[in-house]
Amino acid sequence: MISLAGRDILHSWGKFVFTGIGLGLLIGVTFTMAGVYRGMVDDGKVLLDNSGADMWVVQQKTLGPYAESSNINDDVYRMILTIPGVERAANATYLTMQVRKGDTDVRAMVVGVATGDIRTPGWPPFLAAGRQITRGHYEAVADAATGFALGDTIAIRRNRYTVVGLTRRAVSSSGDPMVFIPLKDAQEAQFIKDNDSIVRQRRRTAENSDFNRPGVPGLLDAVIASQNSNPYVNAVLVRIRPGYDPERIAADIARWKRLTVYTRPQMEEILVGKLIATSAKQIGMFLAILAIVSAAIVAFIIYTLTMDKIREIAVLKLIGTRNRTIASMILQQAVVLGLIGFVVGKITATFAAPLFPKFVLLLSEDTMIGLVAIIVICALASVVAIRMALKVDPAEAIGG
Amino acid sequence: MKLPLLRRRTLILLAVAIPIAALFGYVVLRSGPLAPVAVMTAHVESRSISPALFGIGTVEARFSYKIGPTIAGRISKILVDVGEKVRAGQVLAEMDPVDLNERIAALDAAIRRAEASIKAAEAQVDDAMARKDYAQTQAKRYEQLWKTRSVSEVAIETKRQDSQVAFATLAAAHSNLVAAQQDLQRNQADRDGLIKQRENLVLCAPVDGVIAARNAEPGTTMVAGQAVIDMIDPNNLWINARFDQIAAMGLRKGLSAQIMLRSRGRTSIPGRVFRVEVLADSVTEENLAKVGFGVLPDPLPPIGELAEATIVLPELPATPAIPNAAVQNVGGKVGVWKVGGGKVEFVPVHTGASDLDGTVQIVKGLQVGDEIVVYSASRLAGTSRIRVTGDPAELLK
Repeated sequence: MISLAGRDILHSWGKFVFTGIGLGLLIGVTFTMAGVYRGMVDDGKVLLDNSGADMWVVQQKTLGPYAESSNINDDVYRMILTIPGVERAANATYLTMQVRKGDTDVRAMVVGVATGDIRTPGWPPFLAAGRQITRGHYEAVADAATGFALGDTIAIRRNRYTVVGLTRRAVSSSGDPMVFIPLKDAQEAQFIKDNDSIVRQRRRTAENSDFNRPGVPGLLDAVIASQNSNPYVNAVLVRIRPGYDPERIAADIARWKRLTVYTRPQMEEILVGKLIATSAKQIGMFLAILAIVSAAIVAFIIYTLTMDKIREIAVLKLIGTRNRTIASMILQQAVVLGLIGFVVGKITATFAAPLFPKFVLLLSEDTMIGLVAIIVICALASVVAIRMALKVDPAEAIGG
Repeated sequence: MKLPLLRRRTLILLAVAIPIAALFGYVVLRSGPLAPVAVMTAHVESRSISPALFGIGTVEARFSYKIGPTIAGRISKILVDVGEKVRAGQVLAEMDPVDLNERIAALDAAIRRAEASIKAAEAQVDDAMARKDYAQTQAKRYEQLWKTRSVSEVAIETKRQDSQVAFATLAAAHSNLVAAQQDLQRNQADRDGLIKQRENLVLCAPVDGVIAARNAEPGTTMVAGQAVIDMIDPNNLWINARFDQIAAMGLRKGLSAQIMLRSRGRTSIPGRVFRVEVLADSVTEENLAKVGFGVLPDPLPPIGELAEATIVLPELPATPAIPNAAVQNVGGKVGVWKVGGGKVEFVPVHTGASDLDGTVQIVKGLQVGDEIVVYSASRLAGTSRIRVTGDPAELLK
């Protein structure tokens, strides 16, 4: 038995394929939109993965360090190290800023990492070029997305840093690429004011007679020195020894050290549930509309394709073709159209993804869900067309 | 006629379908979880490394002098300005002596008066002496006359008493003279003291050096010990360098160093570790060391300028060594991704010393010649398929 659907597709294959490709582009956009959403969530997860921490110790009653600002003294990590079960604890600072790059600037998250080795939480987990930071000052590892190359000089506040390494997919929760610099420099970058305000502050202090007493030499110098110290960091990243319960250690720190502690699931909840919640909903809304529009367009196309050959279907009926054969012909055509659309959509999305400024993550699960959804939508869409085809009067084949 | 038409249609159909199918296949295999990760590999080499320590610090003068008055007072004159070279003993500033000069003048007068009193006392002594001699002579004469009974007994007793009074008067005159001399000495000593005090108000340079700061101007009142002038010895500058305690192993006296001054870009000046401080900074978690210049740069760097010091430690014997970019932390274990038969396997390693160029010695876990992943386009996992490439740009795409 010959395939009716195949014969019909071959008969007007050009129209059919081009319709499929058009549909594919639409599906491609839907896939990309899903990828944008997944990318946003992944940005948050990759930020937590890259930090290499099991828990985050932050200023009491803040959602820091990513979602809110948090400042704690930089010697807090020493008390945390004494808690049983803590394997490593390291200071970290995070500061999102525009980093000068030649005549322009790039938005980047400047991360201050404690000196040490790869075991230290906060270090870039892998490199794509160059080397890790070895000096305690004035070296930087930048994400490739910043556009910096090895050997470039980055100016952050008053200091210049040499790019010694490049990493990939080191991004903040909002997708800004990271620049890793030594902690002490980062503390300066974050907490020390610009030179002009330091000078103004000095003058202001000198004018205050409480601090500038004639009979107490050295008091003014001491006050000014204390104003310019910066013993703060944004968070302490903590890694737990295997076999210990992070929840319990977190509760211990929160209770006895009077700080707020977030474990990995809590932090994920903050990043995904709070930080990107609105933008994720926005994207999700858009995705839903796109899916509905795509489904409607598939239905229209199949309906029109069937209507185009309504006369031929009448002839088929006239010569005694069974309804089932006609129905399966339309269904098969719809499914084939969907498959072409899926293939083209997947190709388009894959090639379009790297062109986006932010990360677009195309998950295989999404692709599979997409495939099933397309087939279901096509099948449902063909129902209307099938009904039309079955209702057609065979007399139309000969009639006007 | 029918067949060729059918065949042409099939051909065109295939021409469209095959590229799409091929593209789809490429997309499925080259993206997503099935895609291989582009990596760059290296072989473990046996090489010796020279670990180095990196610290920053500020230029400081080894000897700095804070020159100020020992008692509270007002500055009357400042004779030098910042940057001037001065010699040992040169007068730098003077404090206002207030009433010191007047007090010295008063004492001068007192001394002169004391001298006059001495003269008066001396004259009194002479006078008493003369009276005593006369009284003695009279007494003697009356004694002889008494023997011949030519004077009355009353007369002789009167003369004897006169003589005793004259003796006493002389003794009193002598005492007066001594007192006047003591008075003179006291006044002279007072005057010497005041002159010393006045000399103390003149602030002099203790050594040859350069004026670093002029902290006050004439007319300012200073408390005792407050510095009017800061002076340094410019021939003894050093870097007060701070080294993070995590990377300060091997820091000791005598190691050679490279000093880079912030104002002089990338030119480095040779130096040497002069001293490692006994006390570390417990707040900043840094060890401190003084790094001296081999040859003092000309012009001299300003005191307080930021400087970087790189200390080169002695070369270590050759061991297997790898770039530090290859070392990764997977599940709390430090190791490297070893390449074998197109697959990667995580091998825990023990790392040893490292240098500032990013080479790490491997103590345990790898053999010379092992192929390891140094760079990768994404984070590797044990199940990752890899694609070895030699083009660094491919990893950054």
